[in-house]
Amino acid sequence: MSDDLSTGYWDGARRGALVLQRCTACGHVRHYPTLLCPVCHSDGVEPLEACGRGTVHSWTVAHHAFDPAFADDLPYTLVTVDVEEGPRVLARLEPDTAGLQIGRPVTIGFAPGAGGVPVPLARPA
Amino acid sequence: MTGGTLHDRAAVVGVGETSYLRGSKDSALALQLQASLTAIRDAGLEPGDIDGIIPVGITGAPAEEYIANFGLTDLRFSAVVPHGGASGIGALQAAAAAVSAGIAKHVLVPAGRNVSSGDKAGVRIHQMPQFRLVTEFEKPAGAIAPAQLYAPMARRHMELYGTTSRQFGEIAVSTREHAALHGNAVMTKPITIDDHQSSRLIADPFRLLDCSLESDGGAAFVVSSPERARDLAQPVVSLAGIAMGHPDSPSSITQRPDLTKVGIAKAAPIAWGVAGLGPGDVDVAEIYDCFTYVVLCQLEDMGFCAKGEGGPFVEGGRLRLGGALPTNTHGGLLSQGHMLGMNHIVEAVRQLRGNAGRAQVDGAQVAIATGYGDMGDGGLAVLTRGAR
Repeated sequence: MSDDLSTGYWDGARRGALVLQRCTACGHVRHYPTLLCPVCHSDGVEPLEACGRGTVHSWTVAHHAFDPAFADDLPYTLVTVDVEEGPRVLARLEPDTAGLQIGRPVTIGFAPGAGGVPVPLARPA
Repeated sequence: MTGGTLHDRAAVVGVGETSYLRGSKDSALALQLQASLTAIRDAGLEPGDIDGIIPVGITGAPAEEYIANFGLTDLRFSAVVPHGGASGIGALQAAAAAVSAGIAKHVLVPAGRNVSSGDKAGVRIHQMPQFRLVTEFEKPAGAIAPAQLYAPMARRHMELYGTTSRQFGEIAVSTREHAALHGNAVMTKPITIDDHQSSRLIADPFRLLDCSLESDGGAAFVVSSPERARDLAQPVVSLAGIAMGHPDSPSSITQRPDLTKVGIAKAAPIAWGVAGLGPGDVDVAEIYDCFTYVVLCQLEDMGFCAKGEGGPFVEGGRLRLGGALPTNTHGGLLSQGHMLGMNHIVEAVRQLRGNAGRAQVDGAQVAIATGYGDMGDGGLAVLTRGAR
């Protein structure tokens, strides 16, 4: 699942931390992992542990399982979260709330998903 | 004028398609060959006249299959267009460039799929290299299929602009109405807005009737130079302008600066400029409709209305036959069948020839076909009856 570029992310995820990439040349913070900084094209990179705070950018509630591995989770809520460091993270939201809307503050952690893979988990802040 | 070299430099001279259905007994290759033979003969050509081939779609057979099955001995041009549902428009652009440059005389663009017995979209996209980051980072959370990946785009549009599910429903209802008139469609039973509203949720805000069909069939077209087109069997349908565009953050929708803006926003101004035409000139629109919202979004990004005004724009019957902008007169991917947008191009050509049957827009002179795929790649082709 992970390659060298992603090792920092997955190591962080297993201990519950969101690890992004920061360019050592210009400071741009990026996600998902890339070889080059898309702003200055430097290949210098260091891990950056996110503070875990963000706001909801958009969301959907899945009512149909396109993969049987997720059938028991239905319905589940997926949120796209603007994290304070800049990038966005796709996360599960729990608890599932009716009042969900764009701009809602959340915190980001991790929880085991299907197959034990750590999945970003957003909770109302 | 930007990129104006393809203005009236190519024509679509032949179109063909099979029946659209579910549970086809034919393989994807058989469907591709059937549609291709129909398109070639529609042009008044024979298979041996084809000297360029651009297969479309991940189920598209390589050019070698056509060389073998058609007994071709002189293939001079072939290309790959990996843009998902935008591949039909991408192939039209590449074919036009090839005939315009004199590399090939007659370029065949075939597509065909038998997905009702094969892998579904939720499996297929994760086999494609351009989605490796989506597969690594988003699939574990349960974001698997396009419906789930596109739904946040629609949700954000609704929250920012007040767009409603009933407005999405208007697109589904008008498209179904046209499928019934056209006849060659998987779904022809009329539906109402209430039917749309009571269809089950798939990925909120998308309901079942917001989603395109998994279906089987084949579609193809042939592109030649305008000079050759005049000597062939059909009225000339000229490519007035065409362009392709890729969204910022090409494959991961979550990382896009503006979720509501897609690749066609970059392509449309170029295509309009090359064509010397604009939204107000369009008689009939065939707009890629993998989901209802995607039609609304493209209408905005092509300049038919301002960003955020797509909801009110589609109301009041504007998209129906007899309305100001008859749209998806064949029934689209939502009701006719999912042929990767190739069926949109076939229908645009038929409309301009005046042989679209009961779904004909009277006197259509300017038609558009759009492509949309791989999470936001977009293309716009402006076609006219004869050169303008």
